Amino acid sequence: MFRLLTRDLRLAVRAGGGFGLGLAFFLLVAVLVPLGVGPEGAVLARIAPGILWVGALLACLLSLDRIFALDFEDGSLDLLATSPMPLEGVVAVKSLAHWLVTGVPLVLVSPVLGVLLNLPVQGYGWLVLSLALGTPALSVIGAFGAALTVGVKRGGLLLSLLVLPLYVPTLIFGAEVVKRGAAGLTVGTPVLLLAGITLGAAALLPFASAAALRVNLR
Amino acid sequence: MSIWEYANPKKFMQTSGLVLPWVAGLSALCIVAGLVWGFFLTPDDYRQGSTVKIIYLHVPSAMMAINAWGMMLVTSLIWLVRRHHVSALAAKAAAPVGLTFTVIALVTGAFWGQPMWGTWWAWDPRLTSFLILTLFYLGYIALWQAVEDPDTAADLTAVLCLVGSVFALLSRYAVLFWNQGLHQGASLSLDKKENVADVFWVPLVVCIAGFVLLFLTLVLVRTRTEIRARRLSALLARERMA
Repeated sequence: MFRLLTRDLRLAVRAGGGFGLGLAFFLLVAVLVPLGVGPEGAVLARIAPGILWVGALLACLLSLDRIFALDFEDGSLDLLATSPMPLEGVVAVKSLAHWLVTGVPLVLVSPVLGVLLNLPVQGYGWLVLSLALGTPALSVIGAFGAALTVGVKRGGLLLSLLVLPLYVPTLIFGAEVVKRGAAGLTVGTPVLLLAGITLGAAALLPFASAAALRVNLR
Repeated sequence: MSIWEYANPKKFMQTSGLVLPWVAGLSALCIVAGLVWGFFLTPDDYRQGSTVKIIYLHVPSAMMAINAWGMMLVTSLIWLVRRHHVSALAAKAAAPVGLTFTVIALVTGAFWGQPMWGTWWAWDPRLTSFLILTLFYLGYIALWQAVEDPDTAADLTAVLCLVGSVFALLSRYAVLFWNQGLHQGASLSLDKKENVADVFWVPLVVCIAGFVLLFLTLVLVRTRTEIRARRLSALLARERMA
């Protein structure tokens, strides 16, 4: 399992493309939105939580099809499926690798982008916390979408259409945490709900993804 | 005599062929009666005027939009557990019908909302949930279209339907948490004191019955078409083999 993780990480970093793409996209969103909306601080501060969360979500969406597509094409997914490791475990490890490659950099860079978007000071901690809690759910849900569409040629559009409605609860609770945190309100409820979604998705969705993969590898 | 007999396509075709004209006729009767009764024979609401009459299209289609997904959930489960092809085809057949009902509910709601709320669209929990439901239907239909092998497509869409149901419920509660609503609450429940007045209630129930039957008609017709298409492709495949 650990070997698979290191292999996926190494592939992601060395093969280029997917690794920096999400991060660059996130950065672009945060730079372009003020240019489009206008530089008034009050307006930016109000929309910053939502923009940052939507940006992180879309950046995550960008690299989803790489979770299984490359391994499916060159046949290594078949080998993984016949290996003694359960396919559910493979899915979980691959989601984890995707999160480490896309989710964690987004979390780390988000405070800087918060400055660009004039996020109120008390919001930074909650921004980092909510992204750290929420992006694993994005990766796990995304892995499910990728598992469904792995057999489809040019499935990118289909993948986003399938995954987008599944992302709604995570986005709502995640953005709510930052919004409330930035306004200095109590954030306990949305934080707990967000954590609940992530834990639930991480516990259950690998089984659904593995089922979908088995169908696609039949 | 058990319900599983209808998992046999031949038996299903026979019985549905017999039942179909009756269901279709009854549905047309109910819808025409309900709509004429509702549109022309009920008084105008004292505040909302005649715009209130769109309820006879809006409420039944909204109910069926949700129930259609429920039906797809049940048939998907049956497909996954018992591998009856008719069940998978019924789920496939129901999706576009459900999508149409969802769109009808959204559009009629917008027509009503414009004069009453002063806006075509508001980010109200119910409206938002329906928009998300539309996305779920679109994704489901697109997945059926995209996957070529019919059995693979049936399996994948069934899994999507199960996971989608959980997330649809989650989204429903998430949007409730996110924004308080403009949409009025339920006013048809059997156990509540404050309901729609009887003058409106009776034609509305007739309309709902009509829409349920309409849904049944459309799903039966579409399932029969799917079965025939499946038979046709089997024949063609056999001819190519020979």
